[in-house]
This record gives sequence, structure tokens and C-alpha cells, in this order.
Amino acid sequence: MEIYLIIMIILMILGSIYSLHAKDLLSAVVAYGIVGFGLVISFLLLYAPDLAIVQVVVEIITLVIMIAVIVNTTHKDEKKIFTTKSSLVNLVVLLIFVGVFFLMFAHIIGVLSYFGQHTMRMAGVYIDSAYEAGSANIVTGILFHFRAYDTLGEATVLFTAVIGVLTVLRQYGKKN
Amino acid sequence: MSNDNQTPEGMTIVVKKICQFMAPTIFLFGIYITVHGHLTPGGGFTGGVIMASAFILQILSYGSFLDKLQQEKWHLELTESLALLCFLMLAVLGLLLATTSVFFGNFLHRGSFGELISGGIIPIGNIFVGIEVCAAISSIFVALLIFKDKEA
Repeated sequence: MEIYLIIMIILMILGSIYSLHAKDLLSAVVAYGIVGFGLVISFLLLYAPDLAIVQVVVEIITLVIMIAVIVNTTHKDEKKIFTTKSSLVNLVVLLIFVGVFFLMFAHIIGVLSYFGQHTMRMAGVYIDSAYEAGSANIVTGILFHFRAYDTLGEATVLFTAVIGVLTVLRQYGKKN
Repeated sequence: MSNDNQTPEGMTIVVKKICQFMAPTIFLFGIYITVHGHLTPGGGFTGGVIMASAFILQILSYGSFLDKLQQEKWHLELTESLALLCFLMLAVLGLLLATTSVFFGNFLHRGSFGELISGGIIPIGNIFVGIEVCAAISSIFVALLIFKDKEA
């Protein structure tokens, strides 16, 4: 099973690298879809059907919206001009972020359990108390019983996102 | 896309007819995923996105009737806000009732484990979250369509 995971992750990395270097914006978005669908397969390999369903549906909707936006607006990509100074600043910031990220990762890798081994300390408690919630699907039992705050926050975030989209677009329409 | 609001351009007749068959099926599948959220994989969020995808499929295939979409946007915003409010009220109801008196307390009878009507407030919360997510994603898509054509 691990060999499939490794293959999927290599494919996802290749897709994201291609989407970074693609000349056309449309092909970049399509190549980025490889990452999302590779994640779906990885979730299935890790026995997480709930996450896989969410990921596949959200990925399709996002891809459709992004392709619709690109096709409806323009295909022309703007060419950015980098001076020596700005590219130097960019490089330094990039190096700092990469360094911090690897430092954190090296710190946290000892704490985590092995990759793909879905047995963590909280799992036993969750499974024991899922029966108490009265739901046959453990994930939903957790999300709506003792992590319902999480679900409420998620719904609120979506609500806020809609308000933000409407506000930004409306302001843009008013100016013209 | 044309700026004429009266004759929106859709796709060909083949796509339209297939969408007529597919969209209700997709919508029904979204309802199934939402209602069975406490039994099978899936839940309110997943079902809501699937239901929204049925709307998006129809809008894409039939083209955008802007006047209708403008009305639809108000309904979608109202639905979204009301569903979120109902979900919050469900949580507060658990706080107010004497049997549980905690936020998100499961005050209803659990029923027998593994049946459709069981789990207390979990299926009800699933349905509210499903409605909220469906309306939110649809209204984002509709807003992108409306404000794009208004500006052009």
C-alpha cells in the first residue's frame, strides 16, 4: 500500500511543479487538479472515505469555477518585470520561509506517528465515545457531538466567505 | 458571452437534455448523502456541495438568465443565513433545556443504533449544515456570474 502512496505523492508533486511552470493559465489550473485528485486517492488508500468524498466534490466544484472564470475573462498572462533588487528580496524571504518550515518539520517529525498509520492517542477515546453519540458513522458522530463547535465554526467560515465575495464584487461594480 | 440579457446563450440541445436528466439525480444523491450522514460516509458538508453542483450544472448548461439569477441570489442568501441561524438555535436549545444544559447537547431520544431516524440532533444538524453549504456555494457562483456580466 505504501508504494501506491509514494507513487501518488510523486505524481502530485510533478503536477504542482508543472502547474507552476506552465505558460498557459488554463493548463496550470488543469494541472493543479492532479494534486486534488491525487489527494482523493491518497485519502482512500489511508481508509478515510469521508475525507475522500469531501475532497472529490470540492475539487470538482473548484476546478469548474476556476476554469469558468479563466475562460470568461482572458487567456492573456501578464508578464511581470523583476528587477535585481526585488528578486533578491524575494529570494531572501523564500529562503527564510523554507528554513523555518524545515526547522519546524524536523522538530515535529519525532512527535508524529508513522505516515499512514492512523492510530493516534486520541483515536481510542473518539471510538469509545462515538457510540455514546448514537451515530453509526463515527466521523459524523464526532463532528456533531463533541466537536460540534468545529462544525459551527466551519459553517460560519463559509458564511463569512460568501459575505466577503459579495462585498468585494459589489464594491468593484460600484466604482465603474 | 453576449451582453444581451434576453437571449442567454447556453450549450447545445444534447447537453441541455442530458442535464435535464442528470441534475435531479445529482440533487437527490446530495439529499441522500445529507440525510444518511450519520450512517454512511459523508454528511452535511458533502451533501451540500453535491446539491450545489446540480445547480451549477444547470446554470452552466442553460446559460445565465440574469434577471432570474438576480432574484435567485436573494433567496440563496436568505436561505443560507436562516440555515446557519437554525443550526445555532439547535445548539442553544441544547443549552437551554434542562435535560442536557450544555451547548450542542443532544437532547433528543437516541433511538436504536444504526437506523435512519436515530442519533438525536445529529441528523437535524446535518440537514441544516447541508442547506447552508448548498446555498453558500451556489450564491458564490451566482454572484460571480452576475457581477461579471454587469461590469461588461
